[in-house]
Amino acid sequence: MKSGFRLSFWLFLAPVLLWLFLLIVLPHIDLLLLSFRGENDMGDLVWTFDNYKNFFIEPIYWNTFVRTALYAIVTTFCTFVLALPVSFYIVKLARPRTRGFLTVLLLLPFWVSELVRVYGWMILLRESGVLNYFLLKTGLVQQPVEMLYNDATMIMGLVYTSMLFMVVPLISAMESLDDSLIEAASDLEASRFTILRTIIIPHCKPGITSGAIVVFMLALGNYLTPNLMGGKNSLWFTEQIYNQFIASFNWNQGAAFGFLLLLLSSGIIWIGLKLSRQRLGEVAA
Amino acid sequence: MIRSLPNSRAYSWSFNLFVICYFIFLFAPLLVTCVLAFNDSNFPSLPWNGFSLDWFISPGPERLGIFHDEQNLRSIWTSFQTAFWVAIMSTVVGTCSAFLFEQEDFPFKNGLYFLMLAPLVIPGVILGISLLLAANSAGTFFEDSFGIDVGLFRPSFWLVVFGQFSFITTFVTLVVSARLKKFDSSLEEAAMILGATRLQAIRLITLRYLRPAVIGAAAVAFLMSFENFNTTLFLVGSDPTLPINLYLQVRDGSTPVINSISLLLIAGTSCLALFNLYFSRKED
Repeated sequence: MKSGFRLSFWLFLAPVLLWLFLLIVLPHIDLLLLSFRGENDMGDLVWTFDNYKNFFIEPIYWNTFVRTALYAIVTTFCTFVLALPVSFYIVKLARPRTRGFLTVLLLLPFWVSELVRVYGWMILLRESGVLNYFLLKTGLVQQPVEMLYNDATMIMGLVYTSMLFMVVPLISAMESLDDSLIEAASDLEASRFTILRTIIIPHCKPGITSGAIVVFMLALGNYLTPNLMGGKNSLWFTEQIYNQFIASFNWNQGAAFGFLLLLLSSGIIWIGLKLSRQRLGEVAA
Repeated sequence: MIRSLPNSRAYSWSFNLFVICYFIFLFAPLLVTCVLAFNDSNFPSLPWNGFSLDWFISPGPERLGIFHDEQNLRSIWTSFQTAFWVAIMSTVVGTCSAFLFEQEDFPFKNGLYFLMLAPLVIPGVILGISLLLAANSAGTFFEDSFGIDVGLFRPSFWLVVFGQFSFITTFVTLVVSARLKKFDSSLEEAAMILGATRLQAIRLITLRYLRPAVIGAAAVAFLMSFENFNTTLFLVGSDPTLPINLYLQVRDGSTPVINSISLLLIAGTSCLALFNLYFSRKED
């Protein structure tokens, strides 16, 4: 009996350990080590802080870094502001029969590849795009307007791509909110804003945290949307990493950038968890 | 405010209008993409020149429909193979990992659990570059010390599979764990009292119970792999997957053949999504 228990334990443990150590732990240690390597004047590989020094010396690098972080926060906030009323409507206002249908409808676009969604926005918004065609037809504009390749469109694209990850946790958080709390508050003449601020948002806090963490991380690590919708000067930090790896072939510099981005994302996620007094395990489940 | 309370007309109507606008926002890009796949034009834009299936079945050379487009067809096939292997590997390892964290007790369990969740918070781009670097280091190491050249360590099909597997397994673990939490372990104990070994009990009882969750997780894994871009971007070798191939085409100017591929993708994923939804409904 006892030996049977041990056998199954090792059978479960071995693949998990192989997976986590070979594909997660080792590569990231390697990333950290290589970020401290660089060529000296003689062309030999040595240990050095140069890769990190470059990051702080060159304004374009840390400007992009700060910009990416700020825009990712803005994206997270916009996603929250848009997702809150939508999930509230679906859980508390829609008729029970339409509710299931609306939920499925809400999820469907996000099963489709991000590339297809971004491409859809591109043919809608670009100078020769569908929206401009209608604007010209109706005479609202005389010249086609280029709506692509600016920061606002890029943020809209990021909000669009990561919407789902805010809506789903918010819906499940709101499902557990007892209607009678809102009814009681309403009987006591609380305004809608007060109900929102003192009942709905505090109750949904776990959902908001997990949604915000996922959306932030996805926006921060996104490459497609800034690259295709933000145009030439979108300057997203993942693009800098890509350039170091593929264009300049400077892998050590790229490793340093990668590690900085990893630090940034885990740092902000850690702060988010501390502020909401939650643990990663709770958020994931 | 809510269903059970009296709402003013203006409130209900403005809320309805908002939700309608939201759904238009959600579906507009997909709808436009699908409709323009059938436009009889050389560019994915209006005006509408009439209905045409050219971008699906035209054999070229002027208009190359998707069913004759060798390059895109090959990348679809590559994506299928990748997703197939990722789905199988991540389902097997993810199920093991769900059993490990739900049913076993061992030292450092919390630490390992935290590590298992880590891929959720590592941006896909970082995962891609660290695997690329590690594979390159390993390749150099093998070449220097044993003088053998291992193809696996260069950007290639299998490196993409491993890269996607490394984070998709976490999702599979979470899905299967959620189902395993609801499992009544006395069923397994009963089987073992009646003489079954632990592994027999798992195979005959627990896995049967888990089947809907495992199939659903495999479907999600397949889809996630099929559509992955960020991690794949750095690991891809000479045969690109569909998202990478599409990206290169979109970046360098596009023809409506991308619309027709998108239409097929939307149809395919919707089917898989509904299939998955059906299974997860049955589970409850």
